Amino acid sequence: MKKAIVPFAAVLLLAVLPYVAVQFAGLGFLFGIIIPYIAIVVFTTGVVYRVIDWARSPVPFRIPTTCGQEKSLDWIKQDKLENPSNFFQAVARVLSEVLFFRSLFRNTKAELHDGPKLAYGSSKFLWLAGLAFHWSMLVIVLRHYRFFIEKVPGFVQILEAGDGFLDVTLPALYLTDIVILAAVTFLVVRRLQDAKMRLISLPTDYFPLFMILAIAVAGVFMRYLTKVDVMSVKDLMINLVHFNMTLPEGIGPLFYVHLFLVCMLAIYFPFSKLMHMGGIFMSPTRNLSNNSREKRHINPWNPDIKIRTYAEYEDEFREKMKKANLPVEKK
Amino acid sequence: MPKFAPKLSELKKEFEEKPGLLKGDYSDKEWWEIPVEFRDGNWCYPTKPEVLEDLKFANPRKWSPTDDDWKLPDGWEKTIKEGMKDRVERFRSFKLFLDTCVRCGACADKCHFFLGTGDPKNMPVVRAELIRSVYRNDFPLAEKILKGFSGSRKLTPEVIKEWHMYFHQCTECRRCSVFCPFGIDTAEITMMGRELLNLIGVSNNWILNPVSNCNRTGNHLGIEPHTFVQNIESLVEDIEDLTGITVEPTFNRKGAEVLFITPSGDVFADPGVYTMMGYLLLFHHIGLDYTISTYASEGGNFGFFTSNEMAKKLNAKMYHEAKRLGVKWILGGECGHMWRVVHQYMDTMNGPADFLQEPVSPITGTKFTNAASTKMVHIAEFTADLIKHGKLKLDPKRNDHLTTTFHDSCNVARGMGMFDEPRYVLNNVCNSFHEMPENTIREQTFCCGSGSGINTEEYMDIRLRGGFPRANAVRHVKETHDVDSLVTICAIDRATLPALMNYWNPGVSVYGLHELVGNALVMDGEKKRTEDLREDPMAGFEDEEGDED
Repeated sequence: MKKAIVPFAAVLLLAVLPYVAVQFAGLGFLFGIIIPYIAIVVFTTGVVYRVIDWARSPVPFRIPTTCGQEKSLDWIKQDKLENPSNFFQAVARVLSEVLFFRSLFRNTKAELHDGPKLAYGSSKFLWLAGLAFHWSMLVIVLRHYRFFIEKVPGFVQILEAGDGFLDVTLPALYLTDIVILAAVTFLVVRRLQDAKMRLISLPTDYFPLFMILAIAVAGVFMRYLTKVDVMSVKDLMINLVHFNMTLPEGIGPLFYVHLFLVCMLAIYFPFSKLMHMGGIFMSPTRNLSNNSREKRHINPWNPDIKIRTYAEYEDEFREKMKKANLPVEKK
Repeated sequence: MPKFAPKLSELKKEFEEKPGLLKGDYSDKEWWEIPVEFRDGNWCYPTKPEVLEDLKFANPRKWSPTDDDWKLPDGWEKTIKEGMKDRVERFRSFKLFLDTCVRCGACADKCHFFLGTGDPKNMPVVRAELIRSVYRNDFPLAEKILKGFSGSRKLTPEVIKEWHMYFHQCTECRRCSVFCPFGIDTAEITMMGRELLNLIGVSNNWILNPVSNCNRTGNHLGIEPHTFVQNIESLVEDIEDLTGITVEPTFNRKGAEVLFITPSGDVFADPGVYTMMGYLLLFHHIGLDYTISTYASEGGNFGFFTSNEMAKKLNAKMYHEAKRLGVKWILGGECGHMWRVVHQYMDTMNGPADFLQEPVSPITGTKFTNAASTKMVHIAEFTADLIKHGKLKLDPKRNDHLTTTFHDSCNVARGMGMFDEPRYVLNNVCNSFHEMPENTIREQTFCCGSGSGINTEEYMDIRLRGGFPRANAVRHVKETHDVDSLVTICAIDRATLPALMNYWNPGVSVYGLHELVGNALVMDGEKKRTEDLREDPMAGFEDEEGDED
């Protein structure tokens, strides 16, 4: 599977690079300070640019995909979430997609049996794995906030306490660490195992999965096994936040692997399908209310089109129309 | 058996024995390595040069998809690339849907064409990749740096052939977009793909000939005004023979309260004409002050399958005529894509219709506030309201000779959300309604396989495969509930489902909703009814002497 092996090799290479560079070439400053700044600049400007670029293209037509009963006669019950008729209902619909992956929850698996007969089974694993992965990712990213600020904020402590409630290792095992590793592994295996998925997957689909997996593995190693000097890491991060470009001593090379992969993923982000994070909010089939007969939607470039007018039509068919006793404008 | 249809036994065997993606077999070929092959039954006749000239469209010539050389115009690559850039800038949907797909595969097995053909390029994600791969190659995205890595490819004549094949094996039904976590709508991609192909003269006669006809004569079939009137008058005679009632439709009449517009298929094609008879009986029953236009004599809009500009041009006639006639509002008949255009496009394209009034049912007084701006009401909403207010005298037993199921038409389902109105009407005009399985109805409904302007004879092979999931769901209720009547609210359904049923489920007939309304209506002063509108005997209404019960 070349499509999976190439990105896998690329991620391995990206992981080894900072290890060697920091451990043997003393390039800590480059990997600890310069590259993170570059990554932040590229990520932020890139994401903002892409979103603005999308927003520059207008939405000429109101094209929600309606997945439930429309608002019509008073006595017919509208499905307000699946077929919103005003702005707030549309917001609720987008949130149901963003927070709970509503549409993916509908997923089915088609099977062709003898007969021939088609059957549609419920198939929620993609929804479950997708949701588990994205929510774990969010919690993990928020947990990392503790490294960027002197006094750890309350919400981070609550997250940590909740996430670590199992309390089985030292330091406490985070549930999200397990979940993200399991979910991403599932998403990779799914792409390799299912014939349809193998066919549609591109190297750019495997690459971010392997990157995230590598980042998580490096993180897990640092936290539970090789134990980097967390205080020095925090010093470095706070320095970065305050534009203080000094590199604390004694951070293990594994940390630089973790950090470099995060930076690479951040740089890759705006140029890739990872932009779906922004796209989901802008999708015109989901974020518009289905009220196009009630309120006129404006197309900013509505073209002027010369139509065939009734007068032209009557001119061509007048005699025939008269014979058929059809009223005409010009006798 | 239609000429271009595969033998049923052979197709069944193919479904059961041929390995395919749907059964988990994978040839280890990438989709872009699989060649495009035109054979009998999988391509439509190309647009005749005179039709293209009439429409002032590009590159009129004689050609065939089976030719090696499609005689593309000089500089066609530039035309396509500039056309793509222009559309990316004008349609956020197009741009976003090219950019945000993560290839999660949720859509893969949702397409009726994929389920019916097993062809990998009929997975909606790959259909979109057909364009995305070119977009990535040629546009200044950073993915360009990663050529080869990101699945990009050059624009070649082979790509155009592939686009032509697969953007006509998509009926713009939007089923995939129901399941997509980002709401990516392949219909948008297909529409853009077809617009681009039209720029270089790659198109089907079955779509553009009706467009040209509709522009000139007011309807797809090219029926001139006197013939249009004659046809409806012959239906009036049939109604008189069957019921003893003389209905009196008027044409192009100024000052009528309502302009009624329905697809011309209802006026000319079997079994659509029976639905037309149902409308005429209904309007007579309630004494509606309405008129029918010969100029705006088409509800459907094949321009919608060509380009948004052409859709606008053809649709404009509705308001133009409503204004000329001075009606208060417009009532629309049963049709799928007509209602996609009327509901989601018309007001934007050709509004504001400030010369019309907010529609009010003259019979019940109900205000159709949901159509306050467009001023066009769907006949199923209109009739449901009439029934709810007890304004119709109905005898559902008159449909007891039918056991029915209801097919949600893609466009009114996923482009409007009209599910309960037609069901309410159906349940009030017949006693025997059975739903098909839940993954095949309402927003998950399967296309008839022939929508979006591919309902032509020479395309029968593809149509019968594409319609297989729909037919299969009908077969389920045929086997479990003895269903023999498939009721729809779409003229293309009425035109195409009979062939699909004959092939997969012989014994199932196709009906329009208002045909059943017409059967059930008890008209004042009618003679004893023994036959339904298509002159089939009704159960329990036999003539006394022939009645053995």
